[in-house]
Amino acid sequence: MALFVLCVILMSNVTIRCEGLSKSYRIGASQEGYKALRDVIAEAARAPFRRFRYEARNGHENSNGHYFWALDDISFEINAGDLVGIVGRNGAGKSTLLRILSRITKPTRGRAEVHGRVGSLLEVGTGFHPELTGRENVFLNGAILGMRKSEINRKFDEIVAFAEVEKFIDTPVKRYSTGMYMRLAFGVAAHMETEILIVDEVLAVGDAQFQKKCFQRMSEIGRHGRTILFVSHNMSALRNICKQALVIDHGKLLAQGEVNHTIDHYLAQIRDDSQGDVIETRTFTVTSVEINSESSPIIKTFDPVQVKVRFVPKTVIKDPGLYVSILTMDSQRLTGLDLKDFTTTASLPPGETAELGFRIESLPLLPGSYQLEIHLKDMASGLIEIVPRTFRFEVAETEVYGGRKLDQWFGKVGLRARPLVER
Amino acid sequence: MQSVRTVPSFHIEPSTRWPSLGLRELWDYRELLYFLTWRDIKVRYKQTVLGAIWVIIQPLFMMLVFSLFFGRLARVPSDGIPYPVFTFCALLPWQLFAHALTESSNSLVGNQNLITKVYFPRLVVPISAVLGGLVDFAIAFVILLVLMLIYGIVPGWQIVFVPALVLLAVMAALAVGLWLSALNVQYRDVRYTINFLVQFWLFATPVAYPSSIVPEKWRLLYGLNPMVGVVDGFRWALLGKPDSLGLPLLISVIVVLTLLVGGLYYFRRLEQQFADIV
Repeated sequence: MALFVLCVILMSNVTIRCEGLSKSYRIGASQEGYKALRDVIAEAARAPFRRFRYEARNGHENSNGHYFWALDDISFEINAGDLVGIVGRNGAGKSTLLRILSRITKPTRGRAEVHGRVGSLLEVGTGFHPELTGRENVFLNGAILGMRKSEINRKFDEIVAFAEVEKFIDTPVKRYSTGMYMRLAFGVAAHMETEILIVDEVLAVGDAQFQKKCFQRMSEIGRHGRTILFVSHNMSALRNICKQALVIDHGKLLAQGEVNHTIDHYLAQIRDDSQGDVIETRTFTVTSVEINSESSPIIKTFDPVQVKVRFVPKTVIKDPGLYVSILTMDSQRLTGLDLKDFTTTASLPPGETAELGFRIESLPLLPGSYQLEIHLKDMASGLIEIVPRTFRFEVAETEVYGGRKLDQWFGKVGLRARPLVER
Repeated sequence: MQSVRTVPSFHIEPSTRWPSLGLRELWDYRELLYFLTWRDIKVRYKQTVLGAIWVIIQPLFMMLVFSLFFGRLARVPSDGIPYPVFTFCALLPWQLFAHALTESSNSLVGNQNLITKVYFPRLVVPISAVLGGLVDFAIAFVILLVLMLIYGIVPGWQIVFVPALVLLAVMAALAVGLWLSALNVQYRDVRYTINFLVQFWLFATPVAYPSSIVPEKWRLLYGLNPMVGVVDGFRWALLGKPDSLGLPLLISVIVVLTLLVGGLYYFRRLEQQFADIV
């Protein structure tokens, strides 16, 4: 029950308090989302009287139902002005949490208290109508997001300036380019004056420039003392914007704490988890992909590192090849290595574990998250198979030049350098 | 002076069996109601050649068809009023009702992108769908007045009751629309039922014929259809026939209010799961 009460924030600075939030979804029968009456009649015939039971409350004892806990007993507190990043794998429950805090859906168990107006941006451009002009959509979308008309009027010029669509503001948005559309849509949401802003992984859709603009705007909002909850896979954006992070995995809260520390912990864990997973391609069974520093347990800039790929071929591989590429988290290719350029490898028999890899003398990557992409090949038959997932690794935040900690502001690549003037 | 700030706060809890109606919050979102209604009206006749003329064409053609088949060929009585005016006067509230009912029943499913991505009182959606028909009604109403002028019919003092009757028609549509829109989220069968329901309902309403041809003993039962009261009310207010209203109208009002309150609670209860099942 979402009862609005005016509440005076006194000594307590808590903005969001969750206690044992849980959400289950039924899987199986109503997977389609909606039922046809026919199904209900069939169900009713099987179990008379049962269909009038109030399902949402608890159908958990329902005999034929399988329930999936998207969120499982989550409790945390967020203070006013906190900038909180939420990380976790796909399907971990991050979006479900945001949907509950945005009051779009109800928890199955548990409760939460929220002090302050919530503006949520779970999708860019919700409610935009293609036939309406930019101006009309700003007002419509603003109203949908819960802004007052007077508030939109006041912010209108700012929104249009942010979106850079001054000339086209009276053109139907169906004639807009994707970029214009996205900027305008984000612009409206980004100018809400709510105490709390909830942003899902929505910015991933735009181009790099758009993302940068959005992240800047979010930092700006954060500096004005407002509370932000931000889901993203972009770790460097999270590190830049947020002060804290929550890690969610399989519906449970794994960690909450200072952003860099928490993200490092999360990435390390992902790396551990991914080892041991066996990945099947048509011709290979990949048993492990590792990247390790030779000089320390974590990977640091300029460390000598080894990349090892272990796999079992399913057929004879006459002329094995391996290509390893290093990508940024947004999948831009930074560099790559092809084994063929260095050496020729003997034929590999099927069913036996083989190991191929590289030693990189000095890893020229600045602190941050990266991923490895692996291609396995048979040069004799021209076979190339891309391993259908990437392997994340993290270059730790450590001193690089003269004790200075570099962050992603410097870019991705580290240069081994010294000044020309010797002291 | 800003040492104490007041901000709204709310609690998030699992679904409840008897949620409050949340009318206060609905009032807070009245601007959204306005914008959604405005959007529906604005967008409705975009990319059509005839545009808003469609608003007039629909009832006019219905009137012509009814006048020809029922008035001329079947010689259905019309209480001494020229048949075209007689039927057009009933078609207006009928079309308002039929349109509002159809639109509101499909409104939640049609706006599922909003429902799954943004929070706002869901009641806004079917209500705005109902209100969207009022503009069409107002335009067609002018045509009716012109038609009456042509036939030399001057409405009496009862015309002041037209707004109340319009309200009743809208409330009737909303009452049924609330039930159907909420049901439609879960059972898409509703979508197919609506057209059928509306057609059936048209014949159960005195649009093409006067309610006076219904035998006296069936009148009360007949009056359970709230549109009987509305349509008779319109004829009474504008054409002076039937002479008086009384019981059937009262029954209509009671039926509408009962359905409406029930619909509101039903809607609010199901609303809690809309985003999960739509």
